[in-house]
Amino acid sequence: MPLVAISSPLESNEEVPAPLDRHSLAFGAHSLVRWESALVLFFIFDLFYGGFTAPDFFSQNTIFFAGINFGLIAIMALPEMLIITTGEIDLSVAAMLGLSCASFGYLFEHHVEVFLAMILTLGVGAVGGALNGFLVTRVGLPSIAVTIGTLTMFRGLAEVILGTNEVTGFGGPWTDVGTNTIPGTPFAWAFGIFVVLALIYGVVLHFTSTGRSIFAIGLQEEAAFFSGIRVKRIKFNLYLISGIVCAFVGLLYTYETNTARYDAGTGLELNVVAIVLFGGISIFGGRGSLLGVVLSVIAVGIFDQILSIKNVSSQEQSIVFGILLLASVVLPNSARGYRALRKRFGPGSYTSAGVPESTV
Amino acid sequence: MSESSVEPILVMEGVAKYFGAVVALANGSIELFAGEAHALLGENGAGKSTLVKIIAGVYPADRGTYVYDGQVRHFHGPHDSQEAGIAVIYQEPTLFDDLNVAENIYLGRQPLAFGRRINRREMRKQSRAIFEQLGVDIDPNRKAKGLSVADQQMVEIAKALSKDARVVVMDEPTAALSPEEVRRLFTVVANLRQRGVAILFISHRLEEVYEICQRVTIMRDGSFVRTDLIGDIKIDEIVRSMVGRDLSTLFPKTVIEAGAEVLRVERLTREGTFYDISFNVNAGEIVALSGLVGSGRTEIARAIFGIDRYDAGSVTVNGKKLKGSSPLRAMHAGIGFVPEDRRQQGLVMDFGIDHNVALASLGRLSHGLLLFRSSEHALAADWALKLRLKYGKLSDEANTLSGGNQQKVVLAKWLAGEPKLIIVDEPTRGIDVGTKSEVHRIIDDLAQSGVAVLMISSELPEILGMADRVLVMREGRLAATINRSDATQELVMMAATGQV
Repeated sequence: MPLVAISSPLESNEEVPAPLDRHSLAFGAHSLVRWESALVLFFIFDLFYGGFTAPDFFSQNTIFFAGINFGLIAIMALPEMLIITTGEIDLSVAAMLGLSCASFGYLFEHHVEVFLAMILTLGVGAVGGALNGFLVTRVGLPSIAVTIGTLTMFRGLAEVILGTNEVTGFGGPWTDVGTNTIPGTPFAWAFGIFVVLALIYGVVLHFTSTGRSIFAIGLQEEAAFFSGIRVKRIKFNLYLISGIVCAFVGLLYTYETNTARYDAGTGLELNVVAIVLFGGISIFGGRGSLLGVVLSVIAVGIFDQILSIKNVSSQEQSIVFGILLLASVVLPNSARGYRALRKRFGPGSYTSAGVPESTV
Repeated sequence: MSESSVEPILVMEGVAKYFGAVVALANGSIELFAGEAHALLGENGAGKSTLVKIIAGVYPADRGTYVYDGQVRHFHGPHDSQEAGIAVIYQEPTLFDDLNVAENIYLGRQPLAFGRRINRREMRKQSRAIFEQLGVDIDPNRKAKGLSVADQQMVEIAKALSKDARVVVMDEPTAALSPEEVRRLFTVVANLRQRGVAILFISHRLEEVYEICQRVTIMRDGSFVRTDLIGDIKIDEIVRSMVGRDLSTLFPKTVIEAGAEVLRVERLTREGTFYDISFNVNAGEIVALSGLVGSGRTEIARAIFGIDRYDAGSVTVNGKKLKGSSPLRAMHAGIGFVPEDRRQQGLVMDFGIDHNVALASLGRLSHGLLLFRSSEHALAADWALKLRLKYGKLSDEANTLSGGNQQKVVLAKWLAGEPKLIIVDEPTRGIDVGTKSEVHRIIDDLAQSGVAVLMISSELPEILGMADRVLVMREGRLAATINRSDATQELVMMAATGQV
């Protein structure tokens, strides 16, 4: 019996434009639905796992501590998300946090007025971010090498500024932001700040021309450039903003721990990248959504909290992060690779898309 | 001819290759004898490259017979054909920069010494022997990096000889060579012939064909046209066979009165690429930039659009000089650019049709700071209708479309910005005949509506059919300007090859 012929989409719709596809209003979302549902499942798994194995899991404490322990990573994940979507990477985020901590501690120690010290610290972030941006866009170096270099440099500078001293005794009204809940809610301030920033980042990524340009750059930088998109400027600005946001996180960290040390946040860059990739942002750029990153933050943040409640050692927690990182790179790629292979070697190989255009 | 008494080494008959609905090769036929240099001629898109790829085993033939060395062959990839003794030398050889010359020649089949160690000394000795036979002086010990294109070709030829190749295909080997290097190559070709190697020589330079080839095969529109002894066919006969067809009905050209000047290019120079280029394009006019591949046509377009910098000269649009170079500035001045490489430069292949159409208009489509897909969708739907785009959904990725429809999306992207000047680089390359004429109609409509059009094309019929004026480039300089009424294929070709 012959199979029912499926009419080709090219023939089915000659000249009538297709109706607006409402499910895909936000770019990128529809192609990732499955990954995001997997994250929701992971979240549900969290609830069962935590509920059954961790004492007092369903309490305001869990929400608060998850927010405070994970909020800073989550905030740094937002600028990282945009940078990775353009196909670049910023590995200097945690070192910038440390440099910010050290700068602020130094200024505080030298009795600079707190608000001014904060502004100056954010300025340090801006300079560091601009340096990354300059090296990547103007000098044209690969971002992975540049930001590994600045990672070492920022951390070194932090140590030069503060030595191995600890500065403590910050106090003042900002301590509340670092250590307390937002009044009237069980949420840590860090989490609240994350939510507000996530909204802004989500709008930028999915509902502005900048966001569309970011996706275009990540998918095909040359075509984006040929379409008049200012590729270098956009990338530069993303690094600049990343520097400022990470310096801001450094301030939060200082008040959260009431301590300024040069080695604050050492190694967190990998958690930040892991969260972003686990959220479905493609390491090759051009694919992903804010929703995925938010779900990833929540699911992994709570999981992390469960492990803390259960007193799982930090080494074991790193192993978990490592597995997440691998899973988030391997799974989507193997799915896409499998589809590509089928397309290439399945029935009717060598489609017209395979015709190389030559000048012979 | 004496060779005809012996068996040919390679025979192809009625070979065809399809890519989906696109016919890349309809009827490829060729006969090669040992010891001959055989020219394969045809315009761009005539099917030469597909034929060569079938010879090399890159593509399997969909139809027809391929006999090599007395046996019917079905090569499964280039490796098979190389084993059998067929070598293809491409215009831009692909050597491994960081390996030395001898290692490149013997890559993957190095002579071994005791204990399966690579016998470097033997490798060098053999390489040297081959270069000696060829009469060229290249040090087998030096790294491939930094070799001139000509020397790289020699290394490729040496590689072919080291495998005892019996057929050597040379794909436009002289395009990037200096006159002396061409001389040396020809000596080597003569040398190879004496050793009984069959050479298939592809070139746009007809005088070279007359110099070194004994026979010539001409192709047109994917089909074999004729094979002749080189002494039996005159150059104008070759040209006519390459292009000959009735063009008047194929191109929807409307001749209209040109309006005010839109683009003025003055003394534009980019060192090493093009020199002292001056021309203008008026509203409603289609000006074609013709010339051989590598003559600097595309580079001029890129400089005008701000992709590349230029060293001297100026670009003026609507009376205003363009300052600095950036695509965005060029766009704001009213220029649109449909680039040569649709898949890399024209489209974000994994973006939906709607995103692609909107990509150069994002600022205008935004409401305040916000951009909604519905605006992109509306814009794309509008242009899809105007350009008769064939598609499923507007959110479908561009890579699901046929080449012709992809090109319509690129056109839509630029037309959406209502340009004063549109530059189209190879607008119909790789597009099937039906959609091709639609693209021509779109370009003609544009000119009629008063847009200035600068068209780059390697296809002479397209140029003669569409252009009001033809600018012919040769080696980075403007060689001739020919008006529509005077333009013939022969004239353009002669100017492009420097035979005027």
